[in-house]
Amino acid sequence: MRPEAVAAMTAELTAVGNPSSLHASGRRARRVVEESRESIAAALGVSAGDVVFTSGGTEADNLAVKGLYRARRAADPRRTRVLASAVEHHAVLDPVEHLGEREGADVTWLAVDELGRLRLDVLEKELDAAPGATALVTVMWANNEVGTTQPIADIAALCAEHGVPLHTDAVQALGHLDVDAATVDSLAVSAHKVGGPHGVGALVLRRGLAVEPLLHGGGQERDVRSGTLDAPAIAGFAAAVRASRDDLAERTARVRRLRDHLVDRVTAEIDGVTRNGDPRDNLPGIAHLSFAGCAGDALLLLLDAAGIECSRGSACSAGVPRPSHVLLAMGLDPVTAMGSLRFSLGHTSADSDVDRLLEVLPGAVARARRAGPAR
Amino acid sequence: MRVVAALSGGVDSAVAAARAVEAGHEVTGIHLALARSPQSHRTGARGCCTLEDARDARRVADVLDIPFYVWDLSERFAEDVVDDFVEEYAAGRTPNPCLRCNERIKFTAVLDRALALGFDAVATGHYARLVDTPSGRELHRAADPAKDQSYVLGVLDAGQLAGALFPLGDSLKPRVRDEAARRGLLVAEKPDSHDICFVPDGDTGAWLRDRLGTVPGDIVDAESGETLGRHDGAFAFTVGQRRGLGLGRPAADGARRYVVGVDTGSSTVLVGPPVLLEVDRVDAVRPRWCGAAPSGPVDGQVQLRAHGEPVDAVVTVGPGVTGDVEVVAHLREPVRGVAPGQAMVVYDGTRVVGSATITRSARDGGAR
Repeated sequence: MRPEAVAAMTAELTAVGNPSSLHASGRRARRVVEESRESIAAALGVSAGDVVFTSGGTEADNLAVKGLYRARRAADPRRTRVLASAVEHHAVLDPVEHLGEREGADVTWLAVDELGRLRLDVLEKELDAAPGATALVTVMWANNEVGTTQPIADIAALCAEHGVPLHTDAVQALGHLDVDAATVDSLAVSAHKVGGPHGVGALVLRRGLAVEPLLHGGGQERDVRSGTLDAPAIAGFAAAVRASRDDLAERTARVRRLRDHLVDRVTAEIDGVTRNGDPRDNLPGIAHLSFAGCAGDALLLLLDAAGIECSRGSACSAGVPRPSHVLLAMGLDPVTAMGSLRFSLGHTSADSDVDRLLEVLPGAVARARRAGPAR
Repeated sequence: MRVVAALSGGVDSAVAAARAVEAGHEVTGIHLALARSPQSHRTGARGCCTLEDARDARRVADVLDIPFYVWDLSERFAEDVVDDFVEEYAAGRTPNPCLRCNERIKFTAVLDRALALGFDAVATGHYARLVDTPSGRELHRAADPAKDQSYVLGVLDAGQLAGALFPLGDSLKPRVRDEAARRGLLVAEKPDSHDICFVPDGDTGAWLRDRLGTVPGDIVDAESGETLGRHDGAFAFTVGQRRGLGLGRPAADGARRYVVGVDTGSSTVLVGPPVLLEVDRVDAVRPRWCGAAPSGPVDGQVQLRAHGEPVDAVVTVGPGVTGDVEVVAHLREPVRGVAPGQAMVVYDGTRVVGSATITRSARDGGAR
């Protein structure tokens, strides 16, 4: 966590008070929550009333996808279509699949190009194909695996033209890109991705847009979300958002330069390495690379043993590596997809980390190649 | 050494890994995913391929503070173990998939991958002892006779033994459970696994019928040639089996009848009195030697099934009628119910000499 967030959160932890209560300590807690809401809204370019606190990004995405679909369909039973990009995070992918399997939604996965960018022509064709039948469109702001940034403004314009609400999962983008939530109708963010605490996030929801709640109860958040608010976590969330906003330009420029340096060196010094994702519009701290002839988990094991932590794509619940749906959607074959790793850089990363990686990586790749590709 | 510890999620492999860590090795925990779809295998604590076991294995690694990875060997396991198991039964033989798994999966696929990645050995929770001698490494029975698993390791050759580590070989099982509890390993009370991990409910006959279909045939009295009944598939019967024959009437002499032969070609199951099961000569093929092949006859013991008693025997190795190497055991006392397809593991005292796959057995009249 960022020190600003730790300070804000710990300052609240010993305070008594439920923000929903009317007595003095409740009012005090409420003030903390509302000031946090205002500062998060300001950072995202929206009004405070648009911010609905949740337990994190996954809940925000579920609330948007299921809530918008159910409300839109209830208002007009013909609206059964859901259009989603093929590279969504599981927090969006799985609720969309659920709607398709259990609630009669007609789901269309929108194709991306080889860089992972949504094909605008495909979106337009799908929106035109069945006027009045689409309940919502959901496309992430930036991809968590390969880092590709989506042309959200163009997507939003197309959706607005067709009168269809657009949800975007901006969990990866907040704190790393300039996120203007007013661009879209609905936007999910999470505190821990910007240096705040785990277990808190928000759905930024344009007022006037009907959403059916997932959690029923006290109606604390605009009657859209119930549950006692966690004032200390929200204070930490707001402090992290403010801090990451203040140093965004300087920090991301530095991380981006370091990441580009890493990619340049790895691709120059090791044969058979390809970079995945959009080399131009992307998250600054992600380098996603495919190593021909290697199994990603073998490489990960060797790097971890050398003190370098990176991550592989998805795994099933038993932990068995699976080829990433993102890479498959970008046209990679399953074996190449399984031979890929994501290297993440942050504000604490330094040139020496890249040097250390390049000391270890060539030997690790050679060894992993001897062990063979993923079967 | 750099060691891969295969963590099944059970108590034995957990303690084996803990001991490898304590011995100063650099240990990495590996859980083998053997099922194509983990949920399709046995649920609960008794299998080796469940989500619960994967989680337990991960918790063991957490407690030991070692890295942990899941290696997907489901394709290899399906081809080398499960398919082979079905084919052997279809041919009327009774295979032991655990030997096959140790030979092809744990000490080939896993060991090869581990060596390629720079590890020196694979540690498992098997109860067997490795003894290094000037003439090479030997495999011996475990100190705990009740848990000895040297039989299912009798397929490992010198190269495989060189890359193996069995930290439990000198221990008694109750001590291993106590040690797991003392070390804070949460699997200390987990029951032992039994049966075949990829047959979910333990009903091998039904599992085979799902894959091989129904092949009806006769149950025939081996002595009189009389047809006594019908069956749904000869593959579901094993030489020595007594239960599940479904014969309404008893034998003329009132004696119990056993399966004495299985012919899947004609779908015939032969039954008869136990005396027909008595054999003192066992022929086997495809030997695998735990070190050098014996240079002459071995005056030792053979074990003919996983939990069978060792039988004194003289074992010779030589070219068979087909020209392939054949291993023939002349037993000093006759035994009952030797099923083709099972492994004959040859011992010299506690030392495992090697193993071979049983093809036939006969009554010969004692060791020569």
